[in-house]
Amino acid sequence: MSAIFKREFISYFTSPVGYAVLAAFTFFSGIFMWVYCMYPGTSNMSGVFQSMFFIVLFVIPLITMRLFAEDKKQKTDQALLTAPVGIPSIVTAKYLSALAMTGLCLSAFIIEGITLSFMSHPDWSVIIGNVFGMALLGSSFIAIGLFISSLTESVIVAGIVSFAVNVLISLLDTVASTIPADFIKDMFSSLSFQSRYSHFALGLFSLSDVLYFVTLTFFFLFLTDRVIERRRWA
Amino acid sequence: MIKVKNLSKSYVKNKALDDVSFSLSEGEILGFLGPNGAGKSTTMNIITGYISSDSGTVEIDGIDILEDPSAAKKKIGYLPEQPPLYNDMTVQKYLEFMFKLKKVKLPMKEHIDKICETVKISSVQERIIKNLSKGYRQRVGLAQALLGDPPVLILDEPTVGLDPEQIIEIRKLIRDLGKKHTVILSSHVLSEVQAVCDKIVIINNGKISAEGMTSDMTHTGSSTQRLELIVEGRRQNIISILTKVDGVTDVTDQGECEKGCYEFAVDSSRDVRRLIFRAIAKTDYSILSMKPVEVSLEDTYLSIISGKAEEVKNNVSDI
Repeated sequence: MSAIFKREFISYFTSPVGYAVLAAFTFFSGIFMWVYCMYPGTSNMSGVFQSMFFIVLFVIPLITMRLFAEDKKQKTDQALLTAPVGIPSIVTAKYLSALAMTGLCLSAFIIEGITLSFMSHPDWSVIIGNVFGMALLGSSFIAIGLFISSLTESVIVAGIVSFAVNVLISLLDTVASTIPADFIKDMFSSLSFQSRYSHFALGLFSLSDVLYFVTLTFFFLFLTDRVIERRRWA
Repeated sequence: MIKVKNLSKSYVKNKALDDVSFSLSEGEILGFLGPNGAGKSTTMNIITGYISSDSGTVEIDGIDILEDPSAAKKKIGYLPEQPPLYNDMTVQKYLEFMFKLKKVKLPMKEHIDKICETVKISSVQERIIKNLSKGYRQRVGLAQALLGDPPVLILDEPTVGLDPEQIIEIRKLIRDLGKKHTVILSSHVLSEVQAVCDKIVIINNGKISAEGMTSDMTHTGSSTQRLELIVEGRRQNIISILTKVDGVTDVTDQGECEKGCYEFAVDSSRDVRRLIFRAIAKTDYSILSMKPVEVSLEDTYLSIISGKAEEVKNNVSDI
């Protein structure tokens, strides 16, 4: 498992993908940092985290699109599936490599926090809480992206579909607000990533939000495992 | 070493494998022959655990691939039709990755170096796989299969894309490997199978059409024996004499080769050389040449593939 994790993680940096993702992430977090903290002169990073939601949503499919689709296309899945490694280990290794890449992106916030601490006294508990929340959000997006990547041979299709699905799930509450039935509205808005995530961005830590993202991650990783297992029987 | 029993596999529309069984003991090299789409790769993919069969069992050294996949897979080195190479890695890094993936318990550096020497890729060890030629890619694929010295090697068309010199090298390598390993290799190059393998399985439309030792297949693979004959004399008379010889099934006139001499191809169900000699000697005609034509694997193969399967199969199973 560690061999696959290492290979996948390193491969982000043997292609331009890893650098592009890191660049996009730091670039936008820098801009939001300027707009929400530096310019108005506050150490409250809530606005930054709130706005970064859409950047994460856009960046994660870039991180996950390759993971299974490319293997299938290059037939390297034959090497993985005929090695003495179980499918759950393969899925977990790939998931962790994408999570590590996301973690690397999130470290930008720590650097920004340190920058702020030279000028004022940022609330570190809020920053750490937010980074944690964003990692959870990222983790769910990764699991979804991994699942979609396992369904296709085309990296581009995996990327675009993951992006579309992410947008859809995130905007469920916006969609829900147009539905007249109350219980559907409640259900949709409690499933929406954005409303769940915005609790973190506001500095609210709730166990149900954490459980929501963790469950979703496990659910999609499980589905990925099933898809690959099923392909052996097709 | 390898026991394959009653494998069947269907894809959405067609039956890819239908009740395929064969077995192989340690140190044997089995050649898998068949036209494109016959089911060679499917069988290999099932043996290596890449895909699952609908029914039937595969045992590697007594371990069922479905019951204990990890233990079974550890015993197999697999080179698929398209080598599973990561294009963005160097050969060295790729082999290190595969070494760890296969959980090999040997000293890594020496083991990889040794294998690179065996398949002659030491000179490209530091190059990125993307930039390698087809021949080198094939060899890196082979190196990957050899990692960990697995007792069973499964090679799907190992010489495809290589130049003639490399083909000879790889064949020699496979023969050497066959001394210590049990090897299954597939090919549609007949001479290759004939040169390398101890045992042959011919598969067509997902079914085994013939199975036997290479030597049996090449010498008596067909039920008929053929003689090429040049006789001096009157054409029609010779034909009628020849057809009357006991055992002769068919006489084909192949035309006049020299003035007054005619060439015939005589098919028979058994050895009729002496009978023909005596029959001709009774007349005043003379035999100028009589040559038994050895049935090659190619003839066996073609007759099987073109539908004379039953006839040959019966014959081979008699052996």
